[in-house]
Amino acid sequence: MENQDKVKQMNGSGVKPGLAAEPTMRAQGKSEKVRDVAPADHRTPKAKSRGVNVYYGAKQALFSIDLDIFENEVTALIGPSGCGKSTFLRCLNRMNDVIDICRVEGKIEIDGDDIYSSGLDVVQLRERVGMVFQKPNPFPKSIYDNIAYGPRIHGLAEGKADMDEIVETSLTKAGLWNEVKERLHDPGTGLSGGQQQRLCIARAISVSPEVILMDEPCSALDPIATAHIEDLMFELKENYTIVIVTHSMQQAARVSQRTGFFHLGELVEVGKTEQIFQNPVDQRTQDYITGRFG
Amino acid sequence: MIDRRSEEYKKRSGDRMARRYRADRRFRLYGQAALVFGALALCILMVSIFSSGYTAFFRTQVALDVELDPDVLGVAAAEQEHLSLEQADYYTVVNRAIYNAIPGELERSDRKLAKGLISNGASVELREMVLENPALVGRTVKVNFTASSDLDQLHKGNVPRDVEEGLRRINDKQLAWYDRWVQEGRVSSTFNWNFFTSGDSRNPEMAGIGGAITGSIFTLLCFVLSFPVGVAAAVYLEEFAPKNKWTDMIEVNINNLAAVPSIIFGLLGLAILLNVFNMPRGTPVVGGMVLALMTLPTIIIACRASLKAVPPSIRQGALAMGASPMQVTLHHVLPLALPGTLTGTIIGLSQALGETAPLLMIGMVAFIVDIPGGVTDPSAVLPVQIYLWAESAERGFVEKTSAAIMIILAFLVTMNLFAIYLRQRFERRW
Repeated sequence: MENQDKVKQMNGSGVKPGLAAEPTMRAQGKSEKVRDVAPADHRTPKAKSRGVNVYYGAKQALFSIDLDIFENEVTALIGPSGCGKSTFLRCLNRMNDVIDICRVEGKIEIDGDDIYSSGLDVVQLRERVGMVFQKPNPFPKSIYDNIAYGPRIHGLAEGKADMDEIVETSLTKAGLWNEVKERLHDPGTGLSGGQQQRLCIARAISVSPEVILMDEPCSALDPIATAHIEDLMFELKENYTIVIVTHSMQQAARVSQRTGFFHLGELVEVGKTEQIFQNPVDQRTQDYITGRFG
Repeated sequence: MIDRRSEEYKKRSGDRMARRYRADRRFRLYGQAALVFGALALCILMVSIFSSGYTAFFRTQVALDVELDPDVLGVAAAEQEHLSLEQADYYTVVNRAIYNAIPGELERSDRKLAKGLISNGASVELREMVLENPALVGRTVKVNFTASSDLDQLHKGNVPRDVEEGLRRINDKQLAWYDRWVQEGRVSSTFNWNFFTSGDSRNPEMAGIGGAITGSIFTLLCFVLSFPVGVAAAVYLEEFAPKNKWTDMIEVNINNLAAVPSIIFGLLGLAILLNVFNMPRGTPVVGGMVLALMTLPTIIIACRASLKAVPPSIRQGALAMGASPMQVTLHHVLPLALPGTLTGTIIGLSQALGETAPLLMIGMVAFIVDIPGGVTDPSAVLPVQIYLWAESAERGFVEKTSAAIMIILAFLVTMNLFAIYLRQRFERRW
């Protein structure tokens, strides 16, 4: 069911017809431009993708994506619905594996390890690359067990005291500790939406990942809860590398240091956030951020 | 252009609204009528079962003075050993007690009539009493014996006494003795514990459902086999199996199997379990396996439906935490699907509890007096017991049939309440 929805989304039905051209041609013509945009960065990327193509059955969803993600930064992926930004995000922790008809080509490396090589265990990858979803999805267990689940299955805690500490640190980092410390054994589903999402962030950081992927983490939240999460991202980026997919350009501008603009399965443009928003190179980026479409 | 102010429009729309309200009321009435009809039918059923069945929970007794003469018993006073007491002649002792309770000299034919007022099991009752307390030998004691079914039915008013003698099982002479006994205060009514503890019997007054209840419990114990099998199949099909032609075909067949008449499963049990594997005939182990096979599709369907209802976001969340597919299923999905699965299983269990047809096929329809001691002892089960009693000719079995129906209904209600409790206790919201 989920897969089909995804595929439908990938078909890009929501895009204005004027922009629908033969995508492959453009992908080839454009990949040079992407390199033009951010030539100045000489740091080693935390994660890098080269020539990533994703297919859902016969439909191609992503066209030769080259993208670098740098450590201790927030990288925002923006673009209209169905442009492939979530698909790309899910490639980074191989969540696309569970979709039978999904096929990934190309190379994605995290710290130099090819995450699609046969020698890499997907369970260990997901320990390194955490994920927060669009809709808060705490397990229907207690708040404590929600956080303790990851460390438990990965064997990260030695005994109860250790686990208590992990739970407290994770909740503190997610800015939730003071609100829930009195009721750690109440169900996590009893929290408010914003609290639930912070619980999910705490759950994601409980296994000390290196990269945190956030798939539109604020789209189900009210502005106050959103502000809370955005502050949190600001703090978290000191220790983690964050990739966020968002529909809100304001949010991308507020929280991210680098922004990539996706359109119809291509990475149109990527660069420093200020540059993308103030001085985009590509006409389509210009159109999108000025609200001409999408 | 419609003129909404015109008189004609107002009238027409008023009529239309009235018609609509009437139709609305009628529609609601149909639903209420259907409910009332259902409730009425249920009431009639219940009243008829209870009114004809409640007397089975009472037993008519006749108090007789028994002279436990060692000579008549055939045990000399000196050797009151257990062995000889077991084999003593209680029959004669009971018969003498019966004759003594009737004034005047009895002819041979009268004696037979007199014996017909007390149950055949009376000598067994006396034997048990004496074995429990051997000191009674040599004394005269007052013992409450179970009345014969004919007297029992008469005393309970289940058979009329003011009809022609030839139409009665009890003739005028017996009736006179009975009336005398009532006057002497010998006849009493007591709660019929025997009904719950003893097995089947040819004599209605001695018959009980203890054997059938035990048989049913043993059968359901074997039936529990279907739960792990059903859950394993459902989890594999729903969570792990690739979606292809084969799994589609399996799914269609499972749905079809749920609709196969139960007697077919009985034939399967007969052909495979009894004839190929030579398992013991008419036993709870075979009955339980047949019922398990029969209910398996129901359990698989219930479990799959509950698994489907678990939101995908839970699975994704667990996967993203690095849980393996098995951990996702065991830690998150299955616990959430369990209440629904349990409900489905218990409903299947109650279906199995009330099932007769497949059990007839595997020989669970035999007349069995002994209470089964294990799953490999031949035994009856509740619905089969009802079936056996319902086709018996004796008047005394009518009330037993209804009483057994009451017991099985009580079991079903209890089990369904338990299912509701489980669902509410373990249901988690997300």
